[in-house]
Amino acid sequence: MLDLENVSKSFGGLKVIDQVSFTVRAGSRTALIGPNGAGKTTVFNLISGAYAVDQGTIRLEGGDITALPARLRIRQGIARSFQNVRLMPHLSTLENVMLGEHWRSSPFALTRSRDAVRAAEAALADAGLGTYPGQVVSTLPYGIQKRIEVVRALAAGPRLLMLDEPAAGLNTAETTELRALLERASAQGITLLVVEHDMNFVRRLCDHVVVLNFGRKIFEGTPGAVHADPGVREAYLGAQAA
Amino acid sequence: MSGYVSGILAQLAINIVIAYSVFLPAAAGLLNLGAAGFVLIGGYVAGALTLKAGVPLFVAIPLAGLAAGLVAFLVSFPILRTRGVYMVLATFAFAEIVGGVLINIPALGGAAGLSVTAYAGLPVVFSVTVLVVAFVSWLLATRFGLAMRAVHDDENVALLFGVNLRLTQVFAFTIGGALGGIGGALLVHQFNFIDVQTTGVMFSIFVLLYVLMGGTQTAWGPVAGALFFTLAPEGLRRAADLAPALKFLESSRYIVFGVAVVLVMMWRPEGLVTRTLVDRIRRA
Repeated sequence: MLDLENVSKSFGGLKVIDQVSFTVRAGSRTALIGPNGAGKTTVFNLISGAYAVDQGTIRLEGGDITALPARLRIRQGIARSFQNVRLMPHLSTLENVMLGEHWRSSPFALTRSRDAVRAAEAALADAGLGTYPGQVVSTLPYGIQKRIEVVRALAAGPRLLMLDEPAAGLNTAETTELRALLERASAQGITLLVVEHDMNFVRRLCDHVVVLNFGRKIFEGTPGAVHADPGVREAYLGAQAA
Repeated sequence: MSGYVSGILAQLAINIVIAYSVFLPAAAGLLNLGAAGFVLIGGYVAGALTLKAGVPLFVAIPLAGLAAGLVAFLVSFPILRTRGVYMVLATFAFAEIVGGVLINIPALGGAAGLSVTAYAGLPVVFSVTVLVVAFVSWLLATRFGLAMRAVHDDENVALLFGVNLRLTQVFAFTIGGALGGIGGALLVHQFNFIDVQTTGVMFSIFVLLYVLMGGTQTAWGPVAGALFFTLAPEGLRRAADLAPALKFLESSRYIVFGVAVVLVMMWRPEGLVTRTLVDRIRRA
């Protein structure tokens, strides 16, 4: 579904992504892991169009989206969440979710129309967040905000859902709920690409793992194979695997 | 109703309309210190139409809005290439240019200003203000309004969710300019006069303060800001007249008012009316 071919990105003289290639199969649940500074979020920014690619090609279902403006990528079915919560702090929970499906709405449709409100409320209820629709999101706890971000991305109706550390800062119950939500999304055919440090979360959710280190891909395979690889253990998993 | 009270109420209503000219761009993350420019365009266009072409007031007011909106649309492209303080300076420069052009047109009164004979009156001013408040409230409740507020909060994320940043900001600026023009049309026909001096730098600063103090998160913010800035100085003046103990306010009411502005800004740094406050009131 998504193919990165020899993608590179530099900031000034620093090459943060170096000739990275990998494929995300349609319907898969792929994790992108690696130590801090490995370039995981940069890869997300390149795929979503927040950063321009210096070299290489990004294809979505065979179509070249390397130069496609960021604003139009959501129309191709790419939606994402962020490492640090980036909800619209002055909007209500419902309005934040509505922003997810903004791209397919008429500009003069009312946000308080019954259909729009019901759709957003249903999306929130599906994620176990049905009690917060009218609240301004900046007043909500971090864990709730983190999950609202996922709901917002899901509201976009994505084919590829990219989640940047979705479980960071969540307690055990919230993490379990999040995983169940993502499993339901996956069952509906949504392809998942997840950056995550919580390896238990990755092992339980994902069927494929790509490992980055210093901007290069050092391994990819099943979660079990990644766990057993000495290079990955040395670069990233050592402390966790011990 | 006394002439004094109706004058204050008319000024308040006009200030609310003009405040929206800065509020809409601000709601989309744009700081506009050029309100005076759009007010002048609207005021002079409407004044010239009623005075020289005999156009009825109810036609001149929307035409003034259209004229100011068209100019806002055209200048939005270079202005939106700037950011932050440079945008403030660019909009300020725009207002100065408009003033400079108008003061050099003898047919419009030049430095002496433009006196008109058509009179709006409180009912007209209030009706237009109610329409403007309703329009802005409607606009904020649309997907376009959602896009504006999303751009205000985080334009990079808004972009990734498909919001057309440039289009959203151009239209927010354009509609704001049009409302400034309507405010100018009301101003000139309520007080039968407009000139470049009375809508100078301080005018634009005050309008921006209406919005920043009132709050940029809801359509009620500019109303609250305009209320505060219009009524508080008058209230202090009346207090000096009525209470001998407050006689000192005759000479120092603007000092007290300035202190009050600072205190209110410290107390409500996001403005008097915020989304959280409105939600709390709705729930109560």
